[in-house]
Amino acid sequence: MAKILGGIATSHIPAIGVAMDKGLEQTPYWKNFFDAYPPVREWLYEQEPDIAVIFYNDHGLEFFHDRKPTFAIGAAAQYENADEGWGIAEIPPVRGETELSWHIVNQLVEHEFDITVCQEMKVDHGLTVPLTLMWPGHKYGHIRVIPIAINCERHPMPKPSRCFDFGKAIGDAIRAYSSDQKVVVFGTGGLSHQLDGQRAGFINKPFDLYCMDKIVNEPEALTKFTNFDLVEQAGSQGVELNMWLAMRGALQGKLTELHRSYHLPISNTGAGLQLLATSDAV
Amino acid sequence: MSQVGHIPGNIMFDGPMATKGYPLNKMCYSFNNANGRKAFLANEDDYCERFGLSLEQKQAVKKRDVIAMLEAGGSIYYLAKFAGILGLNVQDVGGLQTGMTTDEFKAFLVQQGEK
Ligand SMILES: [Fe+2]
Repeated sequence: MAKILGGIATSHIPAIGVAMDKGLEQTPYWKNFFDAYPPVREWLYEQEPDIAVIFYNDHGLEFFHDRKPTFAIGAAAQYENADEGWGIAEIPPVRGETELSWHIVNQLVEHEFDITVCQEMKVDHGLTVPLTLMWPGHKYGHIRVIPIAINCERHPMPKPSRCFDFGKAIGDAIRAYSSDQKVVVFGTGGLSHQLDGQRAGFINKPFDLYCMDKIVNEPEALTKFTNFDLVEQAGSQGVELNMWLAMRGALQGKLTELHRSYHLPISNTGAGLQLLATSDAV
Repeated sequence: MSQVGHIPGNIMFDGPMATKGYPLNKMCYSFNNANGRKAFLANEDDYCERFGLSLEQKQAVKKRDVIAMLEAGGSIYYLAKFAGILGLNVQDVGGLQTGMTTDEFKAFLVQQGEK
């Protein structure tokens, strides 16, 4: 059976990608943020995952409002990045993994998550920035990626509890997949930020730290929030916590928190990084 | 969503707002494409007309009034693409919405880590 080695939660702010394009990692603004990543990269290097399942949200590259799925999964051999309009460099195509994708789709539908399946799908910074952070220099060619998009842009959005259950159904599907492949699950985005309105610039550090505390062993404390609560506590884009909850839902059993860091502000955001290993990690 | 109240300074981008903002957001979605950006810059009025923006939306676009664009149904994810054309980043846009200069807005962001 396939194994889930652990989950990684990371911010996916476009400015991070731009900073990497420009080689600004060691400048004063960015240094502390980027210095948090090597331990997580080393863990990935040691664990040698075959597949990365990445929960992200599409900020208007693949899905416009004309047809916007609540939950969508890619089932393609390859995913392309493309121009998002404001100048983040495009990254080379990402390898897909169709067999496990279809297995997950079958299991999801069996468990009443009637998901949108994309056999072609452009992936935006929500997915590409985490990939670039984990494997700088576009060295992600060895890993096969399954993109899973959650609507975080237009209300109504799936509830935090539903996102957690969705992640759990995906975790169960992976663990039931007859293969000896190793999988790592990513929750991307967040933490607190608000880009729009007179409330722009709102960040809630105590709330972010609370979320990073609770997500380890007590995610129920977070799944009881409504999306309205998240907007209130974490800003209009703070609903991206839902991707962290989906990642956490996919993990099972005793978890070891191998890394946690938090930096504020990165762009307009409280930026978190967390690594939770399962007992299947070597 | 269990909408229990209003959050000051926040507009929930929900179904009715998405309906209202559809032409504006669709135009901004077209800015993913370099040709769309070029066409807008070549003739703004014509480009807004092509997407059927409402009068309110056209005026907000003309004035570069971000709050008015949000009130007219703009989604920040699409307005960010418009801001990109103007060479503005999210701190510039934050300043424009809060009445701060970009530097004041950046300082405000930093302050929130000191609480
Ligand atoms: Fe995001």
